[in-house]
Amino acid sequence: MPPLPESKILELKETARQLRIEVLRMLTRAGSGHTGGSLSIIEILVALYMVKLRHDPKNPRWPDRDRFVLSKGHGAPALYAILARLGYFDPAELMNLRRLGGMLQGHPFNLSTPGVEISTGSLGQGLSVANGMALAAKLDKSAVRVYVLMGDGETQEGQIWEAAMTAAHYKLDNLCGIIDANKLQIDGSLSEIMNIEPIARKWEAFGWQVFEVDGHDFQALLAAFDQCEQVKGKPSLIVAHTVKGKGVSFMEGKVQYHGVAPTEAELEKALLELTC
Amino acid sequence: MSQTLCTKTLGTRTLGTRDVYGDVLVRLGQQNPNIVVLDADLSCSTRTEKFAKAFPDRFFNLGIAEQDMISTAAGLAAFGKIPFVSTFAVFATGRAWDQIRQSLCYSMQNVKIVATHAGITVGEDSATHQANEDIALMRSLPNMNIIVPADGIETEKALEYLVHDKNPVYVRLSRCKFPVIFDSDYVFQKGKAVLLEEGSEATIIAIGIMVSRALRACEMLKKEGISTRLLNMSTVKPIDQQAIVAAAEETGCIVTAEEHSVIGGLGSAVAEIISERCPVPLKRIGLNDCFGVSGDAEKLLTYYGLTAEAIAQAVKDVVARKRKRN
Repeated sequence: MPPLPESKILELKETARQLRIEVLRMLTRAGSGHTGGSLSIIEILVALYMVKLRHDPKNPRWPDRDRFVLSKGHGAPALYAILARLGYFDPAELMNLRRLGGMLQGHPFNLSTPGVEISTGSLGQGLSVANGMALAAKLDKSAVRVYVLMGDGETQEGQIWEAAMTAAHYKLDNLCGIIDANKLQIDGSLSEIMNIEPIARKWEAFGWQVFEVDGHDFQALLAAFDQCEQVKGKPSLIVAHTVKGKGVSFMEGKVQYHGVAPTEAELEKALLELTC
Repeated sequence: MSQTLCTKTLGTRTLGTRDVYGDVLVRLGQQNPNIVVLDADLSCSTRTEKFAKAFPDRFFNLGIAEQDMISTAAGLAAFGKIPFVSTFAVFATGRAWDQIRQSLCYSMQNVKIVATHAGITVGEDSATHQANEDIALMRSLPNMNIIVPADGIETEKALEYLVHDKNPVYVRLSRCKFPVIFDSDYVFQKGKAVLLEEGSEATIIAIGIMVSRALRACEMLKKEGISTRLLNMSTVKPIDQQAIVAAAEETGCIVTAEEHSVIGGLGSAVAEIISERCPVPLKRIGLNDCFGVSGDAEKLLTYYGLTAEAIAQAVKDVVARKRKRN
């Protein structure tokens, strides 16, 4: 795919800005949730859902749709925001996030939410699930591609490495993994809590084709997704370097916003930054 | 009791439930191209190697990685495949419990976990490989179904049924051979207790290898003039509450028998139901909150009191307790 015209990139950036506002509003209303890691994946989701994925919001179960698995399920607010924006469900549901009787559970739940392929939240399972989908697509000789978004902290789970072996062993070139490398986890920085570096070299050693990009740069992300499609005989991984809390100056790079929702005052301050 | 008595025989013929599984899987695979099979480096022991030979493209060996295997199966199911997943019961349920919980049960994926080597009849491999807690682990999960076949015939009929059932399910098979109980025209019905002996003074509710032992217990008790009902509760979840309550009301005392811990398995399920709906004297036969040891399977069953004699004695005990109450 040729690089998108600047006008299209501006449109994506505008969508990302609006989704950040949605995410902050829904989290503030919910009073709990994962702010930092929702804001860090906005561009990744916008690039996938608005450009890369073949999907149909009016027909969420369309058999030939590309599959997306949010393995880092705590990024749910960002996923919900874009699914609502695209028409998978009524955007009014966003304001009932995490509320009793609402459709949108604290972590993605496939049985309640159109567009969610599988339930996630307990970390480390999504890559295996994506492998299963990719294996099935290959059995069916289908052109469906499978995308799975993991957290960098999530790769501390042993199952991720079991699945990394499986994807390479079965040559799943219809699979694209993305790591939201925001370098922080609840208890602190990854380098302090449990170092995962050198992450790119680890995945390469496990048999993956690895690309590293700025996870907030649309052109770079889209180019990487295109490159992944060209890889044959092995799975691809995009290490997307991101900033936790991206877009709100006082949240950026701050570990305390991992699992905490903004207060009303913080929301107001954040909206000032995002609306000017 | 309105239920009809099931035809059964208890001769010398035996069948390995895992051997039956291996053969049936190949036949089901021929009939249904959507069936795929996953194993975690135990395909010789679980007998899925037969399917692997017949349909190499639809067989996935995940290596020694049970957690990955379960979640991978969920992905295959989410794409419309019908995965049968096999390894030893201890690894299938213990190692991968969180994966079963989130990727299968919470996500309602059509995955059949068919585990072999359940219970102490694993034998010489010792406690690390003897799953006596697997039913408890699976029973606590919403949306999960649990099937424990009593012989090779019921294994075959249950598997044929389950291909068309979309629920996540745990099928519990064994290493050792079981005496054959059912005729080849046996019809498996999920969620229905199977009436094997009619009786009025007590009821034995049994699963797995304990069903054939309970049949022998019934013969012994008959000779002593104690009329004992026998239910094969092969569907442990969703359990046949009606049959359990009817047994409590009509016979007044119950013995459960399982090759599993008395905590969390069949005995617990029966206790939960009768204590709420019709409290009667109950005795649970099973592993009494302990780990197993190495040994010959048959000798272990005797060592842990999982015998026809022990069941018969338990029936006499509950009948005595009932009479004392009345």
